[in-house]
Amino acid sequence: MVECWSAAHTGGDHSLTPTLHDSWSRLILMIQLISPFTVDKVRELKVGDPVEITGVVFTGRDAVHKYLHEGGELPPGVSLRDGIIYHCGPVVLKDEQGNWKVTAAGPTTSTREEPYQAQIIKQFGVRGVIGKGGMGDRTAAACKEHGCVYLHAVGGAAQVLAECIRRVRNVYFLEKFGSPEAIWEFEVEKFPAVVTIDTHGNSLHKEVLAASQAELAKRL
Amino acid sequence: MNALQDSLIELIRRTSAEIPDDVQKAILDSLEQEKKGTIAESALKIIERNIALAKQKSQPICQDTGSILFYVDCPVGLDQIAFEDAACLAVKKSTKKGYLRQNSVDSLTGVNDGTNVGPGSPTLHFHQHRSDEINVRLVLKGGGCENVGAQYSLPNEKLKADRDLNGCRKAILDAVLQAQGKGCGPGILGVCIGGDRATGYEFSKRQFLRTVADRNSVPELDRLEQDILTTANELGIGPMGFGGKTTLLGVKICAVNRLPASYFVSVSYMCWAYRRQGVTLNSKGEISKWLY
Repeated sequence: MVECWSAAHTGGDHSLTPTLHDSWSRLILMIQLISPFTVDKVRELKVGDPVEITGVVFTGRDAVHKYLHEGGELPPGVSLRDGIIYHCGPVVLKDEQGNWKVTAAGPTTSTREEPYQAQIIKQFGVRGVIGKGGMGDRTAAACKEHGCVYLHAVGGAAQVLAECIRRVRNVYFLEKFGSPEAIWEFEVEKFPAVVTIDTHGNSLHKEVLAASQAELAKRL
Repeated sequence: MNALQDSLIELIRRTSAEIPDDVQKAILDSLEQEKKGTIAESALKIIERNIALAKQKSQPICQDTGSILFYVDCPVGLDQIAFEDAACLAVKKSTKKGYLRQNSVDSLTGVNDGTNVGPGSPTLHFHQHRSDEINVRLVLKGGGCENVGAQYSLPNEKLKADRDLNGCRKAILDAVLQAQGKGCGPGILGVCIGGDRATGYEFSKRQFLRTVADRNSVPELDRLEQDILTTANELGIGPMGFGGKTTLLGVKICAVNRLPASYFVSVSYMCWAYRRQGVTLNSKGEISKWLY
């Protein structure tokens, strides 16, 4: 069980209100994380919070992170300020009318971006990183210092997560990096994830690693 | 050869979209085990729903449609060159249809030509047998779980792992610990004791052709499989590394001969999105039976 967010606001900033979601346990209250993803909103989140994300996210994985880390510029139209990067290489097809259709879009393993992520969070003002498998100390420190959270989606759940992508707004670097490595601009609605690294210096990944290490030591 | 190509496209479609029954059963059983109201239970529920959606929509279970590994048992005299050509065309067409992601990158230039066909892709393993049947098994193995595979050379001082089954146990459990949730658990391990560096991994992956419920016919390996499964599930790593009771769904181990100087333990990790199907083909190349 997670703590409920206090009264549901009805004014402009009503993005952190809990609702129930049937794909998660009925017992778990989902926190609604709705764009704009301001620093105040993400600082309210803590490890273990299940969230549903609504707004625009940009995919970016290995090639994009390396490129940005080496000083590459974001293409015109892409802004990560108060934004979310999604570690994802989707399957996207073009239908007969020439529209993009996402047919599979789960997260990829985030730890490969560990050498680059902290700098990118700082430089571009990123507020959320969606991925799987967690990230390391440098990213956790950057999350704390600059106000960013790591949002763990269920790896492999490409169909459930593709259903949360309402529209493909654009694609960048398609030729340069190929489809899985391109920057896809998605509008997502109620995209489910769990906060596993928060802005307060906590990491579920560190906790589980330490606990499992201790359990294994007893059994060797 | 068109019937063969169509059969292989159907094999690819079904492997990408439909999880084998034995794995689905293991996932549903693990859902029963997890505590209600936990993130682990929630993750397994999403997994359960994803399995149903992928099948219903005939779309990839996971967007990483993986390394394409064909295992072909064939009669003596089968034209393997023609078979490989048909498999490559089937892969290209399956990619256009979206059963496979554009998933194969030139390692030198970084270019992804979008076909999934190139050096090493797809990979075909042929094995002759004295039967008229052609059995084709397909494994699609994603990169996330492939990256957490590990190979140990025993003895390993850091793990205090000697050249015996207890040493193997320590190495395999270390691989589980290191993997945490990064391989998209709950996973299934394929392990090979012995071999060289290449065959060790190769035989470890062949273990994925066994069903989850299959028990090892070698008593000491069976004991080791059950022991690793039980112990791993006591570590609390859980689905996706969120914490919980289900870290592994199964463990499959084989042993092959080694050189006196070498003692490798090769561990391959398969994610919950376990894509493995198989067919028996008749002499025209049509599907006569599904194997899983």
